[in-house]
Amino acid sequence: MKEGYELIYKRPKTLLDKRMHYCPGCFHSTMHKLLMEVVEELDIQDRTVGICPVGCSVFAYDYMDVDMQEAAHGRAAAVATGIKRMLPDRIVFSYQGDGDLAAIGTAETLHACNRGENFTFIFINNGIYGMTGGQMAPTTLENQKTSTSPYGRNSATAGMPMKMAEIVATFEKVYYVERVSCNTPANTRKARKAIKKSFEYQMQSRGTSFIEVASNCPSGWKCTPIESLDWIKDQVLPYYPLGVLKDLGKEEVK
Amino acid sequence: MPFKGYVEISVEGCKGCGLCVIHCPTECLALNMSDTNSYSLHYAYLKEPDKCIACQNCSIICPDAAITVYKKIA
Repeated sequence: MKEGYELIYKRPKTLLDKRMHYCPGCFHSTMHKLLMEVVEELDIQDRTVGICPVGCSVFAYDYMDVDMQEAAHGRAAAVATGIKRMLPDRIVFSYQGDGDLAAIGTAETLHACNRGENFTFIFINNGIYGMTGGQMAPTTLENQKTSTSPYGRNSATAGMPMKMAEIVATFEKVYYVERVSCNTPANTRKARKAIKKSFEYQMQSRGTSFIEVASNCPSGWKCTPIESLDWIKDQVLPYYPLGVLKDLGKEEVK
Repeated sequence: MPFKGYVEISVEGCKGCGLCVIHCPTECLALNMSDTNSYSLHYAYLKEPDKCIACQNCSIICPDAAITVYKKIA
């Protein structure tokens, strides 16, 4: 450290000092970092439990220094329900991708939201099955080229991309829904605030909180990390607009 | 008057995605195109230390938490 300077930001201690296996520029690693920053800030490391999905973030337990549990593909919401009901004083979050939460695990997700289970969903929506080679997912944009839709997603046969945040916001017991992104420093700061808010709501036993992250996949989208940010800005955000979709806590204040 | 600062970027932790470089408001970061780390990736470094204003844009956007930010004590 240089003389006459003070430290204002360093890697959170709750994020293990290990090289993550994610591709350069992937928002999975950004979200790991933000989650662990919030855990460190709220000082809840010893009572946080994370649920790992199947997908790129299947090894998330290798990087986050909190209790983690691996779930079967798509069943993170069911596992999180069990953990939260048995250990209600723990802060539970399920960390899932779009192939996990919006495809194979839609039923678990929707029913957990319908029951208003008191945990946080972190939903990483990159519009593609990243780990298996960039196949089309339910959240793939219309006309987006993937390895299983080489001419672009045809909405006549494959339907329209699923807006999970909008869907779960319709459930009465869901307390807080926000869509965030990490494509700019400002949006990343908002994402961090959203995670913090959802954990605080969870500590007050308010109900389900759902954070969707409009994420990127440079390898699956066949572009550089910087080009993937342009794609998010031009293509993803017009269809998946950012912002708070539901916040019952805010309405109480009014 | 903005703060004066400086950043330390972990050479082995950096994956060379370049997100910090494009989001630096004073353009003081760059990718080192003449050298690579042990993963054969061009890592980012503080090219012009005088321009750094300790805004933390690079550290918040860095996916791999490879950046440490310092602020000059006034």
